[in-house]
Amino acid sequence: MATQLFVTCLVDAFYPEVGEATVAVLERAGDTVAFPVDQTCCGQPAFNVGMRDEARAMAVHTLSVLDATEGPIVVPSGSCADMIVHHYADLFEDDPESAGRAARVAGRVRELTQYLVDDKGRSDLGTACDGCTATYHPSCHGLRNLGIRAQPEALLDATPGMTRVDLPDAENCCGFGGLFAVEMPDVSVAMMETKIANIEKSGADMLVGVDVSCLMHLAGGLHRRGSPIRVRHIAQILAGAPDDD
Amino acid sequence: MTTEVPVTFLGRVRRDRALGIVAPINAGARLINGRRIEEAAGYPQMESMRDRTRAIRLDALGRLDELLARFAGRVEAGGGHVYFAATGDEAADYIRALASREGVSTIVKSKSMVTEEIELNEALEHDGLETVETDLGEFIIQLAGEKPSHIIAPVLHKTRQQIGALFAERLDVPYTDDPTELNAIARTHLREIFLAADMGISGCNMAIADTGSIVLVTNEGNGRLTTTAPRIHVVVMGMERIVESMPDAATVLEVLARSATGQRLSVYTNVITGPRRPADPDGPEQLHVVILDNGRSQTLAGSEAEILACIRCGACLNVCPVYREVGGHAYGFTYSGPIGAVLTPSLQGLDTWHELPYASTLCGACEDVCPVRIQIPQMLLSLRARSAEEGNLPGWLRRGIRIYARAATRPARFRRLLKAGGLAGRVLAKEGWIEKAPSHGAAWTGARDLPQPATRSFHQRWKEQNRGT
Repeated sequence: MATQLFVTCLVDAFYPEVGEATVAVLERAGDTVAFPVDQTCCGQPAFNVGMRDEARAMAVHTLSVLDATEGPIVVPSGSCADMIVHHYADLFEDDPESAGRAARVAGRVRELTQYLVDDKGRSDLGTACDGCTATYHPSCHGLRNLGIRAQPEALLDATPGMTRVDLPDAENCCGFGGLFAVEMPDVSVAMMETKIANIEKSGADMLVGVDVSCLMHLAGGLHRRGSPIRVRHIAQILAGAPDDD
Repeated sequence: MTTEVPVTFLGRVRRDRALGIVAPINAGARLINGRRIEEAAGYPQMESMRDRTRAIRLDALGRLDELLARFAGRVEAGGGHVYFAATGDEAADYIRALASREGVSTIVKSKSMVTEEIELNEALEHDGLETVETDLGEFIIQLAGEKPSHIIAPVLHKTRQQIGALFAERLDVPYTDDPTELNAIARTHLREIFLAADMGISGCNMAIADTGSIVLVTNEGNGRLTTTAPRIHVVVMGMERIVESMPDAATVLEVLARSATGQRLSVYTNVITGPRRPADPDGPEQLHVVILDNGRSQTLAGSEAEILACIRCGACLNVCPVYREVGGHAYGFTYSGPIGAVLTPSLQGLDTWHELPYASTLCGACEDVCPVRIQIPQMLLSLRARSAEEGNLPGWLRRGIRIYARAATRPARFRRLLKAGGLAGRVLAKEGWIEKAPSHGAAWTGARDLPQPATRSFHQRWKEQNRGT
């Protein structure tokens, strides 16, 4: 049975190399990967600004695509996985049929590192990252709603050649927050500055995360200030392609 | 010169960051948060006490009418008076009438957020009543003519140097920024006022239905003086402050100070039951309890009812990465931080306060630390849904999401949208980065570069590799 990849809209549009790295990692773990081609966006942007009708329509579409498949659904994002796992239920309080479908799909959805470590027992994929000093930023939704932190840290710790250093105040939000980043730019940027200061304090030359959303915000801030710190999704490390962008 | 008060959240954020009052709040919030973490580490029962506190508070909210009636009956049986005020004005009018009837001229107050909520001081001063805040923080705020920036540490936005300068100017004392000396100055100044005061007004951390008691926790002796020295004691309490029994109150006390300041208990825990009894050597002759609704009934009937379970510890403020970067005044009302972002629009309506639920990244740190396990992010989301339904979203955002949602429910159209994004990226980007995005994207690129959208999306690359579905 194939593993279904839900790649997320941001990876699809901005970071196809992260999608390809995710496929490579899953194949390295022994899976056959399928990509349901009609997938688009989970609906979180609409849900988070309060436009529930639009979010519901996107959820209905996503469910129809995913429910037509079988096997685990792997998402290279804690935030999008959390949307499907926890918030679809909020959208279908008055629609038992869709709610049932949402529960069925939610039961199959896993964030990438959760799938590798918790489900497949693979915290050692054997890919090296020579001379890498990385720090891990635990993105909030994955951390608090799905319990994702130990899994990516274990994967990084098992990566030959990599030194993982602690990120001070790691669980403090980076300030991305979806549309918050453009609705409240001053606040978003102030939070980003705090996070970047901590990344710099960590001594890492690489920032690793499991959500490209937070990473694109932080990478944008680091690039603006001319920082040499590289920003990578964990799939890129595990696929042995940290320089592929 | 008149100073215009910024009407938007972001406007207030910009004002306060420019004023430099956010940095001390950030430092203070982190300090208090650190103390909470330290204390919790030595208290393994914290998690189970949080569960019990939540159960106690939700049970009380579910039986509010019954418990309030029982409480009022006990207060009256003990010789106190109870007044139910539907609005802040009604509460203030009751107290003003009482002051006038009793010939009151000087009033002392202990720290109370609910009287800030109803702007009681302004109403009393309007009647020419000298009203003096006696909590050190509130005293400073009153001298400066400002508002609290934190629900338990109202003066978190001021440095001790600023407080020293304020005292020197307003109290005619030599400048000092030594906290002990500043405290002594306030104490000396307030002592005379305490002795002259006819009425003391306090808030109420909890009201106990079974006994008709008021629980008041403070870290300064001013709470005791306020409630015992003057001949009239007035309690103003939000109608949700009730718990059923003394053991219930004891459970809440287990988590309250720990969550608020990392103390096991605050320095003073007062349980006040009735006015002075015949055998008592001192205490107030009269006790009046004003029980305030002011939007709470409406909140109780809505989807944010649980927010009324809040015990006002302030832990969610201290841990909130947004609060730390914007300070308390940006929230525009008495209650700041995550609790304020839910409570203010719930009590006062989304018409005026529709921005507040958006002043959050939904990171969930607040829910992690809330001693009552209030699901604050979930409530922010439900408030956002209501606000969007009521038409409060900016047009560009509403239109943008509509267009995006239409595309995201039609795969072919979604592909075209990503393709268009890729083309735009090629025009706008230099070496993979966009430094100046057009339209509302400029809010992103003000201080961050935007990565160039991929020329070929993942979907397209997958298709080109003929990998099928």
